[in-house]
Amino acid sequence: MSAPAKKKRKLMFALGNEAVAEGALIAGCSFFAGYPITPSTEIMEIMAKRLPQTEDGVFLQMEDEIASMGACIGASLAGRKAMTATSGPGFSLMQEQIGYACMTETPLVLVNVMRGGASTGLPTNPGQGDVQQARWGAHGDHPIIVLSAGDVPECLTMTVTAFNFAEKYRTPVILLLDEVTAHTREKIEIPAPDEFQIFNRLVPSMPPEWYKPYEETVRGVPPMPPIGSGYRFHVTGLIHDKLGFPTSRPDEVKGLNERLFRKIDRFFHDIQLVDRYETEDCDHLVIAYGSVARSAKLAVRQARERGVKAGLLTLRTLFPFPRIHVEPLLRHCSKILVPELNMGQISREVKRVNNGRVQVRTINRVDGQIITPSQILKEIS
Amino acid sequence: MANVTQVIHKYLRHNKKFPLVFCPGCGHGIVLGSLVRSVDALNIPQDKVVVVAGIGCSGRIAAYVDFNTVHATHGRALTLATGIKMSNPELTVIAVMGDGDAFSIGGNHFIHAARRNVGVTALVLNNFIYGMTGGQCSSTTPFGAYSHTSPFGQLEKSFDIVDMARASGANGVFRESVFHAKRLDALLQKALSRPGFNLVEALTPCFTQYGRNNKFKTPVDMFSWLKKYAVPIEKYEKLENKDGYIPTGVFVEKEEPGLEARYAAMRDSLRAGKGGAA
Amino acid sequence: MTRKKKGKTKVTVYPAWCKGCGICAAFCPAKVLEMGPDGKARAVREEDCVNCGFCELHCPDFAISVEPADPEKNGKSAEDESPAEESALPAREHAGENQPG
Repeated sequence: MSAPAKKKRKLMFALGNEAVAEGALIAGCSFFAGYPITPSTEIMEIMAKRLPQTEDGVFLQMEDEIASMGACIGASLAGRKAMTATSGPGFSLMQEQIGYACMTETPLVLVNVMRGGASTGLPTNPGQGDVQQARWGAHGDHPIIVLSAGDVPECLTMTVTAFNFAEKYRTPVILLLDEVTAHTREKIEIPAPDEFQIFNRLVPSMPPEWYKPYEETVRGVPPMPPIGSGYRFHVTGLIHDKLGFPTSRPDEVKGLNERLFRKIDRFFHDIQLVDRYETEDCDHLVIAYGSVARSAKLAVRQARERGVKAGLLTLRTLFPFPRIHVEPLLRHCSKILVPELNMGQISREVKRVNNGRVQVRTINRVDGQIITPSQILKEIS
Repeated sequence: MANVTQVIHKYLRHNKKFPLVFCPGCGHGIVLGSLVRSVDALNIPQDKVVVVAGIGCSGRIAAYVDFNTVHATHGRALTLATGIKMSNPELTVIAVMGDGDAFSIGGNHFIHAARRNVGVTALVLNNFIYGMTGGQCSSTTPFGAYSHTSPFGQLEKSFDIVDMARASGANGVFRESVFHAKRLDALLQKALSRPGFNLVEALTPCFTQYGRNNKFKTPVDMFSWLKKYAVPIEKYEKLENKDGYIPTGVFVEKEEPGLEARYAAMRDSLRAGKGGAA
Repeated sequence: MTRKKKGKTKVTVYPAWCKGCGICAAFCPAKVLEMGPDGKARAVREEDCVNCGFCELHCPDFAISVEPADPEKNGKSAEDESPAEESALPAREHAGENQPG
């Protein structure tokens, strides 16, 4: 790198939610539609203020979360990078439209700041109970990308990553935070926008009459023109053929369903992000995500000081579950600990991959409090 | 009258299967024709027209016309239309919905789109019934009417779509029956060329699911009913016995700017350093 | 619907698109159209047509065209103009959909 290293980085004492908004703006988000809900509302408030000050930004407060997702899908079809933010109850309302976005291959980013408990639950306490809902919440078979972030700087970088994946793979991407991460204030450096690689969706370059909106391509991801740019086509949530029209021909149905999965499955190496800490020789592996990963890191460090060969695998991508990163570690560790703020939603994925090879234990905390380092340390030393 | 059908054929997607999927005597095809004629009369380029449809019989209209077309989820057409219009105000966005679509499952979205005054034309095809699922009563099924889910007569009162739109603050509110297709054309053209949120309610008969259960013998009977009972509002006001008559025509015509125009003005003013909205 | 001279028009019904709902025949002011034995509409008294355009505007299936009668172009038959061959394309839009509306 020959560039002079004197890029001005803004320093901020920011909430996780503020970092998400910063990340979205860096990624090129120009449309936000949402509905107020604790503990995600700060994201919405910042976007309401910032977006109208950009060249073409649009912020809308909609009548509910269903409408918020609808507006984001519409904006994305019209060529925008769109985002919405919510928490559990709103996330449930959004499921119908998440399925629609998967079926129509509409890129967008959905941030879900998880609260504790089911239903209205614990609006101001952390939880990680929406993990499996994020994967399987919308009806019908569908692929989806679910990411997580555990501290404030990560909130920013993972939001940019979420936009990049959404654009690259033409899919909705769900970013899961928990209340603690969203409401923790930390000092962060805001990187300059050009420090990130920003991915924009592929647009068609062929003449409109040659364009087949849902054609098989090498990557499995067809190019996507913004509505109004001369490529007229049909968008539908029905199973459709290559031209976008409804079909029930078995070969076309199969072709679409399989391509939707294949475009994600082929790129596991790109999508499945993890962070390794002391895992090279670890005997006792901790697998964690979100705010729990922070506690786990300290616990692992303390365990090492006590002579325990502990290691931590932080999951940045929750789904597709990063099997390729978990499996090699099973060869040299004898115990796995999965602490989470639910009754065991990622541990079931770990157990599936583990397939009985090593001992898997869990810490399931559901009292609305965080899992502390000492709680984890007690289990691994 | 020359070339009406030729104009329509020009805008149809020729790779679709014809005739239309609708039942014999269904008025949806007439509304589809009216929509095409209106766009053609206003000379709006096909690339700049977006038709967002919901689910149901009316949702099928989107697939037939050679515009930018979106077949959304049930009741949510207006939410997608809002996102599209706000993202690209250049586009002419038309949300085509049925009565169940727009006023049962999508009722909340409708009143808020009207209140927001976003520059979308809502074309509601009101056939008083859920047609595609086989004839269940909807929120516009008249009191006492029969359907598969009101086999002994509807006990609930129905929504008046025009009243709903007016009370919610829509910029333009219009109603016409498909029997009066020329008048429907005129109202649709007016709605498409006006700012803000405009509602056009098209009364369209569903013989298969509504007519047969409600003492109409043929599709023609339903058109005769519309011919007699859908009367211009001026005439309606003078009627002594208004029983069963439905007023049609122009109900609201305001000239407020659409939300997208207001938003752009706010953005410009912020960028010029003048602070927020006017 | 201004009064015009009769018989200046050519009324074409595309049988492949006609579903036989009978609206055109019922409301034609000059009784030009009639339902045929095949259940489809046909122009039986073209010479009485007053060119009001009702049938063309109200055919829900775009199956009727009313054009000025031009003797030089009368070589064309209704079948030539019929888009019937398009219905031979595979069915695309009958995918299962069972939501209300």
